[in-house]
Amino acid sequence: MHPELHEHGPDEVPHTHPDPGVDPHTPLAGGPRALRIGIGGPVGSGKTALVAALCRALGEEIRLAVVTNDIYTTEDADFLLRNGVLPAERIRAVETGCCPHTAIRDDISANLDAVEDLEEKLGPLDLVLVESGGDNLTATFSKGLIDQQIFVVDVSGGDKVPRKGGPGVTTADLLVINKTDLAPMVGADLSVMDRDAKARRHELPTVFLSLAEDKQATPVADWIRGLVAARV
Amino acid sequence: MSLATLLLLADGRLPSGGHAHSGGLEPQIAAGRVRDVDGLDGFLRGRLATGGLVSAAFAAAACADTGRAAELDVGLDARTPSPALRRASRAQGRALLRAGRAMWPVPAIGREPHQPVALGALAAAAGLTPVEAAVAAAHGTTTGSASAAVRLLGLDPYAVHALLARLAPECDRIAAVAAARSGDPVDELPAAGAPLLDIGAEHHATWEVRLFAS
Ligand SMILES: Nc1nc2c(ncn2[C@@H]2O[C@H](COP(=O)(O)OP(=O)(O)OP(=O)(O)O)[C@@H](O)[C@H]2O)c(=O)[nH]1
Ligand SMILES: [Mg+2]
Repeated sequence: MHPELHEHGPDEVPHTHPDPGVDPHTPLAGGPRALRIGIGGPVGSGKTALVAALCRALGEEIRLAVVTNDIYTTEDADFLLRNGVLPAERIRAVETGCCPHTAIRDDISANLDAVEDLEEKLGPLDLVLVESGGDNLTATFSKGLIDQQIFVVDVSGGDKVPRKGGPGVTTADLLVINKTDLAPMVGADLSVMDRDAKARRHELPTVFLSLAEDKQATPVADWIRGLVAARV
Repeated sequence: MSLATLLLLADGRLPSGGHAHSGGLEPQIAAGRVRDVDGLDGFLRGRLATGGLVSAAFAAAACADTGRAAELDVGLDARTPSPALRRASRAQGRALLRAGRAMWPVPAIGREPHQPVALGALAAAAGLTPVEAAVAAAHGTTTGSASAAVRLLGLDPYAVHALLARLAPECDRIAAVAAARSGDPVDELPAAGAPLLDIGAEHHATWEVRLFAS
């Protein structure tokens, strides 16, 4: 309720009415915050490989940092370090108490704190990638945590995955179908996956990728470049 | 007082980071000290009588006088010898403040207060009383670890809730004791501790694979 809508009498407990239209959170340090992109998808589909590729592709052109939600507290960070794609101070790990899903959707506090810590320590950033722990087809990120989400599935589970749908496949801003190099080995028909993805996702974009072959994740990096450019 | 407001504050679904903490249980399970519902019973009773009492007392004190927040915060540092547990408490305090600020006009009490201090400040901002803050603290001490036990050991959730129901009167009792002392000088507030939990927390912080943050 706004102050003008009622009187404050002398016998009232002193109180104020925060404007519901005003964000009660203190603004993040260093002006406008970074674009935040969530990367979700089933276990082993290539989320970390995608993060690494994006760091390779974008690390030189924009200021970026990564938050991970893996149960191996240092695994993802080690991977990015080993591959020389991102220095340790640009990576934060969040523990999720057996509930990878909760940490990105229902209780996003630890991830928000990690993002804020990175921005505070490193100064203004253009992009923060938040990799969720490997989960199932229903995993999606809260809009309170991220601006856009990428869902990564792979072809090795067969070509039925897009048809099965689920919130990740249907609603993600970008669907990545990874490991196309394995398609012949598992008998997955990419045209079936393409058709099913279109049926499930209508206008939302889907890209096919083999991170084993494209170390820069070119179509995904281009999609992100477009988003970053649109913000400034 | 508002009962519904208290339920909201004590709800495990409050997005305040609690789901990622086991209250010291994960390392004790790994060490084989807690294996079943009986073991959890002992663990929770011990927690309630030590960390639970301290949390309840500090939450009640912060609720009674949020102006003492800084002093209470220092008092909790002194009662928390394990650096890992200090970090865990402050991380949860920060997360709780984030949730609380979105819900009520919480005064500035620093960026990362200890969890009980944040809880007391939130309770006060929500119009709750010190004993209600203490109940929420004691209740959170038991339910947080109990839910971690269900996830880590695959315990029967009904058996665990039966245990929580048996512990409820003890939560109330601890809260009443804590609230009765909410005006005491900080140095005289309860200072019960559990050295094995402190040691466990320090080991836990070095694990390569852990499911809970503490
Ligand atoms: N053949 C092939 N292997 C890939 C491709 N992308 C990733 N991999 C491999 O798949 C495995 C899993 O990749 P990660 O990037 O760790 O998968 P993830 O989704 O991060 O896994 P979690 O975080 O454990 O859920 C690794 O061994 C990668 O090298 C690809 O395009 N083709
Ligand atoms: Mg990964």
